[in-house]
Amino acid sequence: MYDFAYHRPKSVADAIGLLKGKTEARVMSGGMTLIPTLKQRLARPSDVVDLGGVKELAGIKVEGNNVVIGGMTRHADVASSADVKAAIPALAYLAGHIGDPQVRNRGTMGGSVANNDPAADYPGAVVALNATVSTNTRKIAADDFFKGLFETALAEGELITGISFPKAEKAAYMKFPNPASRYAMVGVFVAKTAAGVRVAVTGAGATVFRVKAMEEALSKNFSSAAIKDIKIPADGLNSDIHGSAEYRAHLVGVMARRAVDAANK
Amino acid sequence: MTAASGIGARVLRTEDKRFLTGTGRYVDDLPLARATYAYFLRSPHAHAKIKSIDTSAAAKMSGVVNIFTGKDLVDAKVGGLICGWVVKDKHGQPHKAPAHPVMAVDTVRYVGDTVAMVVANTYDEAKDAAEAIKVDYDVRPANVDLAKAFDKGAPEVHPEAPGNMVYDWEIGVKADVDTAFAKAAHVTKLDLINNRLIPNAMEPRAAAAEYDKGTGHYTLWSTSQNPHVLRLILSAFVLGIPEHKLRVIAPDVGGGFGSKIFCYADETMVCWAASRVGRPIKWTAERSESFQTDCHGRDHVTHAELALDKDGKFLALKVETIANMGAYLSTFSTAVPTYLYATLLAGQYTTPLIYANVKAALTHTAPVDAYRGAGRPEATFVIESIVSKAAAEMKIDAAELRRKNFIPSTAFPYQTPVALQYDSGNYPPIIDEAMKIADYKGFEARRAEAKSRGKLRGIGFSSYIEACGLAPSQVVGSLGAGVGQWEAAQIKFNPTGNVQVMTGAHSHGQSHETTFAQIIHDKLGVPMDQIEIVHGDTATTPFGMGTYGSRSLAVGGSAIIKATEKIIAKGKKIAAHLMEASVADVEFDNGVFKVTGTDKNVPLAQVVFAAYVPHNYPLGEVEPGMDENAFYDPANFVYPAGTQICELEIDPETGTTEIVAFTAIDDFGNIINPMIVEGQVHGGIVQGVGQALFEAAVYDKDTGQLISGSFMDYTMPRADNFPSFKLGYKVTPCPHNPLGVKGCGEAGAIASPAAVMNAVHNALAPVGVKHVEMPATPLNVWQSIQGAQHQAAE
Ligand SMILES: Cc1cc2nc3c(=O)[nH]c(=O)nc-3n(C[C@H](O)[C@H](O)[C@H](O)COP(=O)(O)OP(=O)(O)OC[C@H]3O[C@@H](n4cnc5c(N)ncnc54)[C@H](O)[C@@H]3O)c2cc1C
Repeated sequence: MYDFAYHRPKSVADAIGLLKGKTEARVMSGGMTLIPTLKQRLARPSDVVDLGGVKELAGIKVEGNNVVIGGMTRHADVASSADVKAAIPALAYLAGHIGDPQVRNRGTMGGSVANNDPAADYPGAVVALNATVSTNTRKIAADDFFKGLFETALAEGELITGISFPKAEKAAYMKFPNPASRYAMVGVFVAKTAAGVRVAVTGAGATVFRVKAMEEALSKNFSSAAIKDIKIPADGLNSDIHGSAEYRAHLVGVMARRAVDAANK
Repeated sequence: MTAASGIGARVLRTEDKRFLTGTGRYVDDLPLARATYAYFLRSPHAHAKIKSIDTSAAAKMSGVVNIFTGKDLVDAKVGGLICGWVVKDKHGQPHKAPAHPVMAVDTVRYVGDTVAMVVANTYDEAKDAAEAIKVDYDVRPANVDLAKAFDKGAPEVHPEAPGNMVYDWEIGVKADVDTAFAKAAHVTKLDLINNRLIPNAMEPRAAAAEYDKGTGHYTLWSTSQNPHVLRLILSAFVLGIPEHKLRVIAPDVGGGFGSKIFCYADETMVCWAASRVGRPIKWTAERSESFQTDCHGRDHVTHAELALDKDGKFLALKVETIANMGAYLSTFSTAVPTYLYATLLAGQYTTPLIYANVKAALTHTAPVDAYRGAGRPEATFVIESIVSKAAAEMKIDAAELRRKNFIPSTAFPYQTPVALQYDSGNYPPIIDEAMKIADYKGFEARRAEAKSRGKLRGIGFSSYIEACGLAPSQVVGSLGAGVGQWEAAQIKFNPTGNVQVMTGAHSHGQSHETTFAQIIHDKLGVPMDQIEIVHGDTATTPFGMGTYGSRSLAVGGSAIIKATEKIIAKGKKIAAHLMEASVADVEFDNGVFKVTGTDKNVPLAQVVFAAYVPHNYPLGEVEPGMDENAFYDPANFVYPAGTQICELEIDPETGTTEIVAFTAIDDFGNIINPMIVEGQVHGGIVQGVGQALFEAAVYDKDTGQLISGSFMDYTMPRADNFPSFKLGYKVTPCPHNPLGVKGCGEAGAIASPAAVMNAVHNALAPVGVKHVEMPATPLNVWQSIQGAQHQAAE
């Protein structure tokens, strides 16, 4: 790890103030991605602004038809939240299947979504549930947020403060874990909300994507039979020693069908 | 003896108190005043010429104490690292032994090869400085594809080994085997890859060293499984430090699986540099370094053929193997695919004729050496895979075919056609018991039930034999070993009656402190809490060969027994004097000397006290003190054997395999502590299943980069991948060691890959899959099913 200045602000305003003008500064939430990156000397920030002390960023609230989850909310808290379990059980399930207990007790929703790892689980939920990402300056619709490999709509120094998830009529998440890392090799989040049916795939491509053909078929008939003949093209999907693009494409179909079945249970 | 803690008792592990409360002491925990820290700059290339190394900027950086490169070692006339086992090829010529410089001089030969050592006041400063070292590499093409290592034009790793051939070795008479094949009713052929593995001990390798200028003494702390052997190698071959001026201490060691047997570049450098730097040096590998530089395991490409008569009797076996040595020959590398592999190819069977040809190849990859089982898992995998394949081809039940060919219990000692003479065993009751516990009869019903859920269920056998308890010194000497393989023990009573037992074996997770203490307790009647097992320090323990090859109990335990006999013999003389009896009338039982047929007795503790305070003592006949040592050289290897049955389900849609039941019945001879043995078997099975389903060291074929260089890409088996194992024992005591014990440390890993893969093949046969290589990952299984479907469609 290279040397850096460490800060622990108490409010979002202070955090923003600390970041201002420092192009090489990085915020830290759970540190589950940032710290390994620092230890491997893959990043050399001038400053690390630890959001761990910013109380206003953590917590789960139900606001009308939405569940609003603060950026600093740990995966373990999402997984065990009675509110989340009641409103969107698939989201609690997803959070409960991220990493291991240590990771779930440190890692945060804001950190995960901001990082936009192609194999992260949350982006699937954010897109499928048509959630809205709140930052210190604006609100960003899910479809506009995830831009590409580790790339988001966030501007420099912009912080995720929370994410608002509409309640789902039906929803389920099916994850095929990478055998080694247990990140999502393919994760499919299927949701039926007021906005309609959405099928979001994480792990398979450079970033989360929707499968429109499945969405259309499921809008007409929300059953796994409705999508059993829909093939996902392998072009452009990720390929590595654990899964070829063809295998991932195939798994998207399998996980989607299983997710629909689970959502119907 | 109290039954609660003697031989055969499930005594809780003495060492767990400190391991479970975080008070174990590992090399990295060592507080050394004024310590410096080392960081090794390693090659980012698989193969490159070093045109120049410029350390000038790095040397000026804050905290830097010293920087060493390969040239410094050449100037200091430091020897290279050695391979300690000379294998003679089929023409009687010794293997090609290319130089293994401790640090690269003009060429780097694998990603991770050691290029420079930076010593600084802190670890981070050393690392910062290493980034400022400028190495000008001329990158060359790399050879990392084992199957192509001997191809014309394959990049050569060392000029001393033309065509990358270390040796072309054989055992058996090929012509006789060919004749038998010509007469066979059925021949089964099999091509397989024994996948390359990375050991991943929980504790990374570490070293620390200190030099005492006044006495010229070096102390090296190392994560070694065999500190005496490490000292011998460093003294006699590499650094030239006189043996009596070098003390090697291996404190608590957190796993090794073989990877900590060998003498490595980094610990050698830490030791050598300690006197140059003038301050202690500490180094602990980062996990990425462990992946790149710990000796890897396995890595064979094999073609095998089994000849059978019409009834399924094995007539002959023919095996051709290319074994990967990596870029340099590590300490025992040459012996692993020859004497620890081909000599095991008889398995549990009466196969009368066996021929094996093994070619060892150099590649631009990390050195490959012994890894849990070392050669024996590879041999078992070949035999048990081809036997199950033959059974399927001939439509004979897999268990039945095995039974038909088992060496009968009346045939022991049994001379195999591949040099080994099995001392004891009784295989049929083992497989019977395994089949009973696994409910083999009920399998087809379970398969049908699984099919109704869309799952493919399979069952697989593996009946293994292994030769361990390394080893009769004269036998291994005649085969080219550079060392003897006896073991030593010293039993030293203190005047107050408690006892220290010094052993040359060294635990890196095997619970010696408990098992060995149980032996002492059983034989001498000393309470468990009055016994201390001392190991891991060349200054305090007798010279011994260390822990590997499931040898510590069979060989080290036998040395302890011999020492207890000396204690008892001496004690009888002292007791006879104290009781005014004749020595012939004194018997010893459960810690008490008695005069036969009387109620006269004197406890051992009192005899010990008399020995140290010899006021009333037969000084004319017996020396004072109670401190005996013994050396034990085994008469033969020991031959644990067993049968494992794996039952699993495959999800054909995703290719995922789930193990649903796993049975292992073993003959380990007599058992000292069943709980500890079960732990060894559990760990072994998991490691073998890791090989079968999860683990693979993958190098990029073009660049030679290690792709599976972290836990993000190297799949370790995890607890939730396993059901509870069903274990059992059948005992045929070893006839030639005093405890009647065999070994248990490697058996699980030796047998399980074949059990799993036979079950995978059994499950996939109905969908037309012929062969799946290890590891049977979801991707691999799915692709195999796809391939079979395409073939069926064509
Ligand atoms: C062993 C292991 C296993 C894992 N397995 C999984 C898995 O199965 N599935 C999965 O989805 N994830 C997995 N993760 C990732 C983990 O769950 C975290 O979600 C992830 O590391 C990021 O969250 P964090 O809070 O730790 O972020 P940090 O590491 O603190 O930050 C990550 C990045 O986001 C930025 N950032 C952090 N917070 C904010 C914010 N509020 N606004 C803007 N930018 C911000 C940081 O500057 C940094 O660049 C795993 C991690 C580990 C170490």
